[in-house]
Amino acid sequence: MNRLRAYPGESKYQGLVYLLPGLAIYLVFTFWPVLQTVRTSFLNWEGLAPEKNFIGLANYLQVFTDDKFWLALSHNLIFIIFYCLIPIFIGLLLASLLGRYPLKGFTFFRTILFLPQVLSMVVIGVAWRWIFNPTFGPLNLLLRAIGLGSLARPWLGDFALALPAVGSVGTWVQYGFCMVLFLAGMQRISEEYYEAADLDGANAWQELLFITIPGLRAEIGVALITTIIAALRVFDLVFVTTRGGPGEATLVTGFLVYRSAFLQNRTGYAAAIATILTLIILALSLLVRRYQAGDAWSKT
Amino acid sequence: MKPRAGAKFLRYLLLVSFSLLVFLPITGLLLNAFRAPSEINLNPFAFPSQLSLENIRNAWTVGRFGIFFKNSVVVALVTVVASVFFSILTGYAFAVLPLPGKKWLYPLVLLGYMVPFEAAIIPLYNLMNTLSLRDSYWALILPQIGLSVSFGTLWMTSYFETIPQELIDSATMDGSNRWQTLWKILVPLSTPSLTTLVVLIFMWTWNEFLLALVMIQDESMRTLPVGLAFFQGRYTSNVPLLAAGALIVAVPTVLVYILFQRFFIRGLLGGAVKG
Repeated sequence: MNRLRAYPGESKYQGLVYLLPGLAIYLVFTFWPVLQTVRTSFLNWEGLAPEKNFIGLANYLQVFTDDKFWLALSHNLIFIIFYCLIPIFIGLLLASLLGRYPLKGFTFFRTILFLPQVLSMVVIGVAWRWIFNPTFGPLNLLLRAIGLGSLARPWLGDFALALPAVGSVGTWVQYGFCMVLFLAGMQRISEEYYEAADLDGANAWQELLFITIPGLRAEIGVALITTIIAALRVFDLVFVTTRGGPGEATLVTGFLVYRSAFLQNRTGYAAAIATILTLIILALSLLVRRYQAGDAWSKT
Repeated sequence: MKPRAGAKFLRYLLLVSFSLLVFLPITGLLLNAFRAPSEINLNPFAFPSQLSLENIRNAWTVGRFGIFFKNSVVVALVTVVASVFFSILTGYAFAVLPLPGKKWLYPLVLLGYMVPFEAAIIPLYNLMNTLSLRDSYWALILPQIGLSVSFGTLWMTSYFETIPQELIDSATMDGSNRWQTLWKILVPLSTPSLTTLVVLIFMWTWNEFLLALVMIQDESMRTLPVGLAFFQGRYTSNVPLLAAGALIVAVPTVLVYILFQRFFIRGLLGGAVKG
């Protein structure tokens, strides 16, 4: 590309001047700390202890033999069902029911469906803690009002129900995003495919399976990866609703990192978990790049 | 045709129900903020008989949300202005200017956009501790800028790359230097892209939680989300007061969202999800 060439008489290092301020802040306050986390994960670093020795993979060994880590990770995996699979299922179902015909007033509905994306997770957590409150929460009040009082539960305080309760908040946050994403993608699929399928006597299910899903491949890719990352990163919501409880029923890896590093002074151990989590998220992010239009990595 | 009308009704019914399911929990809570203290114990489904601003006043002063609000505004404003300014420069450097080492510098900068704060939080805490910057705005602003510049670079580079080279060349021919070309030609052309960037960085900074939770111990330095999280610990059963706090946290992002939703949705649908 000739666009990156210097004009005659111009320094070929000119770009560096423009790059420098942003790059410097990024390197010091983002890039360097990430590298340090990896380094710390190989150190014997217990909070205030003066000794910080290189101990190889001992922290990782400790993580992999720690039931807490596997418990937290399994909760993240269950969250993938709530943050990713159910919202994508709802999104696909609704997109295939709504997407073929123009919908008057869709902009209005889109505004509402996207709302959870712009709200602080703390606000969302406060709202759902109120809804789930055992005594004055609307959910239990509603159940009692319609004669299903026997189903009322202390949702967030129940060992078996806390995890799905927090997870369903994730579903609530994500499904609108998936719906809007898929509906936008359906504008691209030509109506002729559906008409041809109708003529051939295809039913709605077959149209979903053989036209809609293949046509939305790119959108489904983006939705899968972004919602999986959201499920792996959960922290704010758990902090606000349950703090990992009751017991450790809603412990997730993000919370485990926070607790180990800042409440228990197990810095090396926390850094090892953070590194593992980062590697998984990085791998998934690289995947999402490949799905995005105008692949940024191949542009250089 | 009858069946089509029925199908249309059904489709709107679905759309309305799923939209209500999103809308009701959040407005249900926020409406409580306007409940008069005398109506605290009323059924939560009952609409408040009069709109009272007392809870919001109490949250603002007694609950110190006024202070948290000021902190959030300072952090968000500085972060957004600095991040967008630096991103314009880095994007210009990557997309238009001669730049040695571009091949490895670009992926290096993008890495930050793909890692979560969890990946950096422990060394960041130690760094801010060493610099004596904990409990200061800088402890929040500087890392936020670092992370935002990473995304902003990606965003601005891909936009500047779409601008035809002839435009840049003819500006040069007319005697404008690189700096003038950027601010007089490219930036005015990229207003929609810039608006999206501003709105996204504002939302991420306003709602950021982990960094503010870890860096700030001094209550008077807390930002709104952390302030609300601790407020909830103390006033779990005072729903109207809690709702008033949540309302104060939510209103700025919702306003920005409603005003700029076109840009917002385009950004998020473009896969601009912070890693």
